[in-house]
Parts: sequence; structure tokens; C-alpha cells
Amino acid sequence: MSRSLKKGPFISYKLERKILAMNESGKKSVVKTWARASMISPDMVGHTIAVHNGNKFIPVYITENMVGHKLGEFAPTRIFRGHAGNR
Amino acid sequence: MARIVGVDIPNNKRGEVALTYIYGIGRSSARKILDEAGVDKDLKVQEWDDSMFQSIRTVIGSNMTVEGELRSETQMNIKRLMDIGCYRGIRHRIGLPVRGQSTKNNARTRKGKRKTVANKKKATK
Repeated sequence: MSRSLKKGPFISYKLERKILAMNESGKKSVVKTWARASMISPDMVGHTIAVHNGNKFIPVYITENMVGHKLGEFAPTRIFRGHAGNR
Repeated sequence: MARIVGVDIPNNKRGEVALTYIYGIGRSSARKILDEAGVDKDLKVQEWDDSMFQSIRTVIGSNMTVEGELRSETQMNIKRLMDIGCYRGIRHRIGLPVRGQSTKNNARTRKGKRKTVANKKKATK
């Protein structure tokens, strides 16, 4: 079931604050975050966000097409190396 | 044989059913189109006259995407997902279910025909 429109999109407050501060100062640095459930807002376009995948931080460069998706979608939590027989 | 939007040629069926031969039109949207065009949905295609064809064509042309256009649109959507490298795109790329279904068994629609592994050893206890 999709999220209620009444609430609006979930954007991690702390992450948003950091991004907005960077936009204002015009600086760009990688922001680490654990907020995988956070929606990608239009403000984040052009930044690189390091999204935690449970093990390490995966750097994700945000493009315009990604707006509306969630950060976690770009940092896979499982690695599949193929079945034993297929090697 | 009648021709509406390109190559589709349904005939001797009721309009409501005949229109569903077009990719992108099902029963309910067929009914909606006929309503809007002011054609009785139980009328067979061979009984339609030129003005009916004309109005049906304009209704489909003005507010529906069908056939090739619709196919390319869905393809574009999938391509977008694959290009941005999100989870759904990755699942499309490796040909597994996209919407969180279990893949331990079944999922044959996405995985395709079973690939049997020869001499697969049974687990010994």
C-alpha cells in the first residue's frame, strides 16, 4: 500500500538540513546517511550521498530521474554471486 | 475487415469486444470509447458506418495511447529504471520478479524455462 498523501513524502529531516546547507553555501561533499527510507527530493540532485547498505556506505550520485525514489533503492543490501554450479 | 489505429482488423464481433483486439484497450476502456463516440456497444463492427468509425478514431486518437506508442512508453519506463540503477531496474536487468515475490520456487514467468542442473547431488544426512 502506498503512503498517505496527507502526510507528504518522507524526507529525512537531518539529511534535508545538511543538503540545504550545502546548497546555500554552494559546497559539495559526500553525506553519509542511514536513512534508506528517505525519499529523494529535487534539492538533492547533483549531490553524492553515501547510503548505508548494512555493511558499508554506497556512494550514490543523484540525477534528476531519481527524484521520487527512495535512497535505499540504490544501495543493494544483498550480493548474489551466482550459484555454485554455474562457475 | 475494418482498420482502426494501424493494423488491427477485428470484425463480425460486437464493438465492445472487437476494440479489445487493439493493444492497450480492454473491455472497460472499449466501453468508455464507444460511450464517448456515441456508438451502441452491442453493435457489430460490420454494422458500423463511416461516421461511427470516424468518431471512434477521433476518441482513440485524442485521449488514449495504444499499440506501438504504448509499447514504447512501457519500454521507456523500464529503461529509465534500469538506467538509474535502482532496485527495480536491477531486477529487470537480471530477469527476476520486480515486485518482491519469492524466488525460492516458482517465479517461472520471469525466470523462464527450468534449467535443470545435471547430476545435482541430493543432500546427504
